[in-house]
Amino acid sequence: MSSKLRSKQDLEALRKELMKRRQPDKPRITICGGTGCHAYGCVRVTDAFKNEVARQGIGSKVDIKTTGCHGFCEKGPLVVIQPSDTFYQRVKPEDVPEILDKTIIRNSIVERLLYTDPTTGRKITHQQEVPFYQKQKRIIFGSNGEIDPTNIEDYIAIGGYSALAKALSEMTPEQIIEEVKHSSLRGRGGGGFLTGTKWESCRNAEGDIKYVIVNADEGDPGAYADRSLLEGNPHSVLEGLIIGAYAIGAHQGYVYVRNEYPLALANMTAALSQAQELGLLGSNILGSGFDFNVRITRGGGAFVCGESTALMASLEGKVGEPRAKYVHTVEKGLWDRPSNLNNVETWSNVPIIINKGADWYRTLGTDGSKGTKIFSLVGKINNTGLVEVPMGITLREIIYDIGGGIREGKKFKAVQTGGPSGGCLPESLLDLPVDFDELTKAGSMMGSGGMIVMDETTCMVDIAKYFLTFLEEESCGKCVPCREGVKRMRQILDDITEGKGYEEDIDLLDRLSATLIDSSLCALGATAPNPVLTTIRYFKDEYEAHIKEKKCPAGVCKALIHYYIIEEKCPGCGLCVKACPQEAITFMGKKKPVALDESKCIKCGACYDICKLGAVGKE
Amino acid sequence: MITFKIDGREFKAEKGQTLLQVARENGIDIPTLCHHEAIEPYGACRLCIVEISRGGHSRIVTSCLYPVEEGLEVKTGSPRVISNRKMILELLLARCSKNKVIQELASQMSIEQPSFKPEYLEDNDCIVCGLCVRTCEQVVGVSAISLVNRGITKEPASPFLEPAIACIGCGSCYYICPTGAIKMEDRGDTRIIYNWKVEFKLKKCKVCGNYWAPEKQLDYIRKKWDLPEEFFDICPTCK
Repeated sequence: MSSKLRSKQDLEALRKELMKRRQPDKPRITICGGTGCHAYGCVRVTDAFKNEVARQGIGSKVDIKTTGCHGFCEKGPLVVIQPSDTFYQRVKPEDVPEILDKTIIRNSIVERLLYTDPTTGRKITHQQEVPFYQKQKRIIFGSNGEIDPTNIEDYIAIGGYSALAKALSEMTPEQIIEEVKHSSLRGRGGGGFLTGTKWESCRNAEGDIKYVIVNADEGDPGAYADRSLLEGNPHSVLEGLIIGAYAIGAHQGYVYVRNEYPLALANMTAALSQAQELGLLGSNILGSGFDFNVRITRGGGAFVCGESTALMASLEGKVGEPRAKYVHTVEKGLWDRPSNLNNVETWSNVPIIINKGADWYRTLGTDGSKGTKIFSLVGKINNTGLVEVPMGITLREIIYDIGGGIREGKKFKAVQTGGPSGGCLPESLLDLPVDFDELTKAGSMMGSGGMIVMDETTCMVDIAKYFLTFLEEESCGKCVPCREGVKRMRQILDDITEGKGYEEDIDLLDRLSATLIDSSLCALGATAPNPVLTTIRYFKDEYEAHIKEKKCPAGVCKALIHYYIIEEKCPGCGLCVKACPQEAITFMGKKKPVALDESKCIKCGACYDICKLGAVGKE
Repeated sequence: MITFKIDGREFKAEKGQTLLQVARENGIDIPTLCHHEAIEPYGACRLCIVEISRGGHSRIVTSCLYPVEEGLEVKTGSPRVISNRKMILELLLARCSKNKVIQELASQMSIEQPSFKPEYLEDNDCIVCGLCVRTCEQVVGVSAISLVNRGITKEPASPFLEPAIACIGCGSCYYICPTGAIKMEDRGDTRIIYNWKVEFKLKKCKVCGNYWAPEKQLDYIRKKWDLPEEFFDICPTCK
């Protein structure tokens, strides 16, 4: 590790030296080390590369690097070979000798590891040409695939901390705030409040001691963008935080990260100590006279701690409960002192705005929402993963062009954006441009960037019930509307899905929703009705089918479906007899249809799933 | 001084005062359950909601927490306030369907039966307003109890649901509870607080012979104020 950097010139000199040491033409094998690829076994692939390179004694010919998440989690473990940009997917340890032999030594391609475009059937060699990446605009997330997140030198080599150096040596705090204001950057955590305006209020708030906070308590089911940023590029978040602290006049920062994110925690912890060693944290940063320190606090597992006031209570060591924000946290936050909290992704936008300028940043996005947004694209979609897209891209482009459409050729039904308290949007809104205001207008929200795609086999009443059940468990229980109201809404949905609903229930859900929105203490309660309201708004026919006809059109709600044998299709093979855990199906003899006793049936669907002849019916 | 309006009438108030304080000082009735003037406002029961506006946009806030603002227009009984307050009471009534205090409040707002199915109605006395816990912390200074769990399972409780060892038996929690959810009894020379699983020996007055306060509470006060050993030998009535 180099010695402390005392000026912008020191940082530049270090960068030049790092670049000199690197040979740009030397092949680099980058292995995605993100959470998705970890689950697919990327560690074994990395070990296999290291062992094989050592065994063959070709260490001088190739570098091996574990990087942050590349985003295309569906196809992990991902291996990208630079500088040729050769993209291999679903790589197994057994593939390693062949990759080394062909691609590194003989400069050819291992065809079978290439990605095949499902629409054209064409094999694609380069990462940049994979349709999943083509419509993305990866200004925040792009560096993830290039750097080893545990090595600050990697970050510095690609221009890291140059925005901090620029901010400290060339800009006043007021100029930084002006630049961020001019960029129109809005908070990526959900609220969408203008970041520059928030910073300005915090800077102007009375008090000598101020705090800046990174909210890394990402808790939405299915969302993992912040996680991958902290894991894959922690220094970009830290750089944004230091710039923000300087602009606001804070000397102490906190990173509040979920304890369930061990890799994010480890990489951020390493980033802090490396930055400290290089003098990018601590006293007199880069010779500017500005002092700043950061501490990491681990979250205790409560969803509500993603809410700013609950997070601050938790940081203070109290129970993570929100409080009213009639006096804003920028004036009275952590320990009643002016505190500026932003989400992980928001902070990592800051170095880009400082380096490239607000004017450049404003060219991305829509009138009301500038820049890009990272979405966790999950659910019944072909290309699951993390995608960074310019604001204003349509849902259809994200789901079909990037996401590759719906799995197994099924029909799209809805996309849920904004986490558990977001809304479900129907097919008719697929051409909706995705930005803060358009999503809100449609009854959903940006939230922290979860995007769950659902197909025709999803029951919308059941999905509303699922999210309400989640929120019921995660409500802090402090205020009556949220604690009692979410429970009652969930009970009503329970009844509807069990065929015990009444027509008046929809009206009651509407009335309950109005009170939750108006009277809840924090945004958890105020947005909890969204899944219910949007499913009623866009899928009312499904509610009516459950209530009036006692039918679940998607065939999900157990109380409303039944299974039967279509006798003319059943050859009596007996597969379903073996699959049934209740012995509800009886073998009636060779070439005779089986018999299903509905009184024993628990509607698990095992017979339906196992029969390839379509002889089990479901209604 | 800050000038603003409540229900069309103009009021002047000190900076930092809450809407509820000003309303109550001027005889304007706003219902509350989780509020007490001796304790920091908390904003849990939401009954004190009012509708505020300045310019065009209006919104619902809790008057116990909202500080007065210049030019603010406050409505304490607008249709939006009433419909929200009614629903909140319905929710409380569904939880505490047999509680007299909640029944009375509901009936004042012409709610006889909550809109929820009868089989879901519960028989609970505690509305989780937290007054017992907050009093114990802020007024008594003991913090013998706290709110535990979250969401619908949240409740005031002693540590680990074991007897509350820090409790001094003062009974402040019992006196402040708005719904009678805390069960306390003085039986002969013993005080029992059932909720916190604690029993206390009561002090006997040297003059009248009545048992008048828990010994642990009197010790606590004596030590806190550095009072002489025999200070509490005689009860306040006989002094």
